[in-house]
Amino acid sequence: MNASAVLTRPDYEVIAGWIKPGERVLDLGCGDGSLIRYLGETRQVRGVGVEIDPHNVLASMRNGINVIQMDLEAGLAGFGDASFTHVVMSQSLQMVHHTEQILREMLRVGREAVVSFPNFGYYRHREAIAAGRMPVSESLPYQWYDSPNVRFFTIADFEDLCASRGIDITESRGFDEGRQVTDDPNLNASVAVYRLASGRS
Amino acid sequence: MSLYSDHQTIGLVEAQRLHFGEPLRLRSGAVMPAYDLVYETYGRLNAAKSNAILVCHALSGTHHVAGRYRDNEKNVGWWDNIIGPGKPLDTERFFVVGVNNLGGCHGSTGPSSTNPASGKPWGADFPVVTVEDWVHAQARLADRLGIDSWAAIVGGSLGGMQALQWTLLYPQRVRHALVIAAAPKLTAQNIAFNDVARQAILTDPEFHGGHFYDHGVRPVRGLRLARMLGHITYLGDDQMAEKFGRVLRAGSFQYGYDVEFEIESYLRYQGDKFASYFDANTYLLMTKALDYFDPAHHCNGDLVAALAPATAGFLVVSFTTDWRFHPGRSREIVNALIGAEKNVSYAEIDCKYGHDSFLIEDAHYHALVRAYLENIRL
Repeated sequence: MNASAVLTRPDYEVIAGWIKPGERVLDLGCGDGSLIRYLGETRQVRGVGVEIDPHNVLASMRNGINVIQMDLEAGLAGFGDASFTHVVMSQSLQMVHHTEQILREMLRVGREAVVSFPNFGYYRHREAIAAGRMPVSESLPYQWYDSPNVRFFTIADFEDLCASRGIDITESRGFDEGRQVTDDPNLNASVAVYRLASGRS
Repeated sequence: MSLYSDHQTIGLVEAQRLHFGEPLRLRSGAVMPAYDLVYETYGRLNAAKSNAILVCHALSGTHHVAGRYRDNEKNVGWWDNIIGPGKPLDTERFFVVGVNNLGGCHGSTGPSSTNPASGKPWGADFPVVTVEDWVHAQARLADRLGIDSWAAIVGGSLGGMQALQWTLLYPQRVRHALVIAAAPKLTAQNIAFNDVARQAILTDPEFHGGHFYDHGVRPVRGLRLARMLGHITYLGDDQMAEKFGRVLRAGSFQYGYDVEFEIESYLRYQGDKFASYFDANTYLLMTKALDYFDPAHHCNGDLVAALAPATAGFLVVSFTTDWRFHPGRSREIVNALIGAEKNVSYAEIDCKYGHDSFLIEDAHYHALVRAYLENIRL
């Protein structure tokens, strides 16, 4: 997974803003570890990254962060309940097959989950589809035949899933070209960031 | 093909010896009144004495970790491929120390040394030593070398267990631990393998209850069998299939018990070679140290609680084809370190050489160790 390559600074700033200094953050699909490094430098956060790709594990190690090589598809077995304050998944949710399981696991291991993902419903993506082509953009930078993404969903789809699975959305932000989008994010945002908590049930 | 050039070698090295006159109380309750440790060093200790790395050896390892001896240029250190100028354990930057553990048979005081009480070899009277005992002995070596705190302690297999144990017994004296192809304790299967090896030695008629030195013989058959069994468990299944398969020496079945399959020839050769120089009592001691290792024992098996004293950063490494200490065993260490809120990184290296992968010059593995060590501030 090459998460950080498509992670824009606004994502970083939003995520950093939701985390207090000294908290413990687990970053799933941490890429080269730049988010953990950023959080460490800006928020004095003690972070751990998780990666399956050996080259990203090496890159993370070179970045001086704690990185654990493991396959997220197997869940987060081995991580204790509520052992982190935040479990972050930046631009990787769309690369995991077991979407529901990983969201459940994130909220088991973390007090709070933070997820960012490319919005398939972004107007430029819709235009590409309307023109009969799979979208290729800054947030979806792959051709259909070489994409690591296995799930394609919109902001509206994601919110439906959370509602049906009892996941509370505490906060959310949409972005396009580095700027925050307030008007109809499902249409105008290329990337979305969500702050999630277990629903009171 | 090597990852490194010829000038990245350390060149000629010499073993050194230190005598320790202060008695060492062992975990068993026995006391070593005095002992010698042999060791080697590579690179230079800096003025702040902050750049020292200790390399701990595994079951059959020695203090001769890197370089060559003047009188035998073919005797290359057992982990020479990772230590040297510009190599992952970079001797331009680090001062690397290798030591033969107490109970060994390569120069440190062990069962084949003279027992001052009897004037004869210790033999079976040599006390059982544990990983903790080794760590205490290594700490005294560090004192004598003027090393207050190791930049890192590195070890594979039983060596990794020593690195882990150091972080618990002397947390203030180890800043990083590289725990490679190790486990937090042995499984029943591991202990079973060790005991079959021990039985091979103990039941050899030439073992003489461990006092074979007095009889001028060595339990070569038992030691050979022990090594053959051990060797099988250090190799990867696919690697063995690839290297030997069912290849026959004579090309056809001979319907007898001489060497027929290539794997038999290989194992017998390895067994003979090992039995020709290794001490049977040392082999027994090393396997017992493995069996007893269990840092969580005094915490009712709670490894998270047992790891609480550690302040070091950890790099834990496992290998996909290692079935003796498979990656899941390393993950137990990693999960407990995360649970104990320690700094830890973990890599699972895709390598076909089984447990012995930790000794292999694999580009990705070496790059990870290099990256980790480069980030250590001296």
